[in-house]
Amino acid sequence: MSVVLDFERPAAEIRTKLDATEKQYAANPTPELDTQRIDLRRDFANRTQAIYRALSPWQTVQVARHPLRPQTMDYAIGMCTDFVEFHGDRVFGDDRAIVGGPARIDGRPVMLVGQHRGRETRERVERNFGSPHPEGYRKAHRLFELAEKFRMPVVTLMDTPGASPGLGDEERGQGWALAANLATLATLRVPVVCVVIGEGNSGGALAIGVGDRFLMLEHSIFSVASPEAAASIVWKDAKFAPQAADALKLTAPDLLRLKLIDRIVSEPVGGAHADPSAMITTLRSTIAGEIARLETVPADRLVSDRYEKYRRLGSWFESSRPATPVGSV
Amino acid sequence: MRNLFRRALPKVADDAGQEAVPDLWVRCGRCRDMVYAREWAEASKVCPKCGFHARLTIGDRVALLLDPNSWQELDADLRPTDPLGFAPAGRPSYAEKLATESLDSGQSEAAAYGRGTLDGLPVSLAILDMGYFAGTLGSVVGEKIARAFELGIAERRAVIVVSASGGARQQEGVVALIQMAKTAASVQALGAARLPFISILTDPTLGGVTASFATLGDCIIAEPGAVIGFAGPRIIEQTTGEKLPPGAQTAEFQLRHGMVDQVVARRDQKAMIARLIRLFSYSTHPAQDSTATTSTPHGEPRVVATAGVQ
Repeated sequence: MSVVLDFERPAAEIRTKLDATEKQYAANPTPELDTQRIDLRRDFANRTQAIYRALSPWQTVQVARHPLRPQTMDYAIGMCTDFVEFHGDRVFGDDRAIVGGPARIDGRPVMLVGQHRGRETRERVERNFGSPHPEGYRKAHRLFELAEKFRMPVVTLMDTPGASPGLGDEERGQGWALAANLATLATLRVPVVCVVIGEGNSGGALAIGVGDRFLMLEHSIFSVASPEAAASIVWKDAKFAPQAADALKLTAPDLLRLKLIDRIVSEPVGGAHADPSAMITTLRSTIAGEIARLETVPADRLVSDRYEKYRRLGSWFESSRPATPVGSV
Repeated sequence: MRNLFRRALPKVADDAGQEAVPDLWVRCGRCRDMVYAREWAEASKVCPKCGFHARLTIGDRVALLLDPNSWQELDADLRPTDPLGFAPAGRPSYAEKLATESLDSGQSEAAAYGRGTLDGLPVSLAILDMGYFAGTLGSVVGEKIARAFELGIAERRAVIVVSASGGARQQEGVVALIQMAKTAASVQALGAARLPFISILTDPTLGGVTASFATLGDCIIAEPGAVIGFAGPRIIEQTTGEKLPPGAQTAEFQLRHGMVDQVVARRDQKAMIARLIRLFSYSTHPAQDSTATTSTPHGEPRVVATAGVQ
């Protein structure tokens, strides 16, 4: 399966030539073909790099949603050992858009919780396209409490268009489920490392995204709402999503500049989908490093630092006091 | 006679669900009946004929809940900034929207907070107002909510938040989103100090406000008929194609589904809140918590020590 995004086409054309040349060279290894294929390889790498260095916000949205981009289950299997998926909220059901359970990262037991969108149509439908129902957030809540009980650091991976907005979700208390997670994560007495791996939209992402360290993969997005939803609020028309993406400052570099996130995790050249296993390896060592550092902090300090971090976030002007910064981290 | 009125007057109901008819009459936003203006005001803008609860201003709420002359608004000079430089192509920028919102509403933001007494009880009260930027949660609203909780902790006051909001303010992007986490953490801090948080949900309470502090109350009280939910009715219908049944997402629907503790009519809210605070105040008796307050024989908490916890 190969998916070429519009703006990747110039690189993809070089790739096609390169593949053909490689094939020719394999059959007939002449010095000219060898020079050609080496040039093409360099051209392809340079072009890809140039394209990815200059992604517009809307292009970044496309990369964040790329069907071949690694998803939570890919990380659970590739980044961890001993992952055991836990099912169900013990109240209503098992939501397939949120997966989670204990696992090891570099040998250290952690509690892994993430949204998973699925790839093929059937799986995507089964997982509600990564939009969790309240029971998904309640399952996450259960796992957060388990993690605290057994002193396991929590690792969350965000990848969702947003919390599911159906009538059934309202009947089962979507807002209440999200709020409960925010409150619990704010005071959880174990380290919490949050990573946006794809699309992190709205309260649906935030409800598993409050912690000591907040990371974003280089081409992921983090936003108050999906660009489509924001466009239908601001423009009254979802087709202005590209314009909304521009205005929302939802890319990792923008959010780091605004001090709203802690760190950007570099992706392989051409995005995580170009080399999933390299991405998974990078993220594993990044998370392991973050956990090792947080584990030296006593629990009381961890919780009070986390409180202070969120307490300072915001931007306002007060005539009686000096102006405040946007972010705190 | 009533029908004559109906035909003679222009139909220009405003957002507040009431229509100002010149002179002495107000038209109810639901049953469309005419109500004598003084009767309307005395009933705190509740229609005496159909029970419709029209939207209130911050001043109306203060008059409804607090003892006369006890309200001291704090940090009224908090003003919004434009952290993202939000300039949507072809639409008014956030900076422009802020200017027009202020002009139209005569307000500087969508929330106010301060101290006061409610039936003699010291409280910290925060009120959201649909009249400014649809009551949306941005930095200033989030900061005022957080400070209302800190005031409660510092002065051993119960905290009351009256919500009315369309959700997170898109124009502040992630800065607005993170106010959800910040305010939820504030609720937790108040809880750690064993002080009660009474959350009042009014029409409408939606989105990021429903998904954060508003639904974290120790007791959640909803106003009759208020639309309360996470996704608004329009979003549900657009996203899922489901047509909502009548009465979905009202306060009564949420009561039936176990999401609110009580649906309380406006005229009974003050007494209900006072009763709850007195019930919860037992936990701050010295026998239970030596750092906190003591109680008089009548159950009124009396501050004996204040501590700036957190």
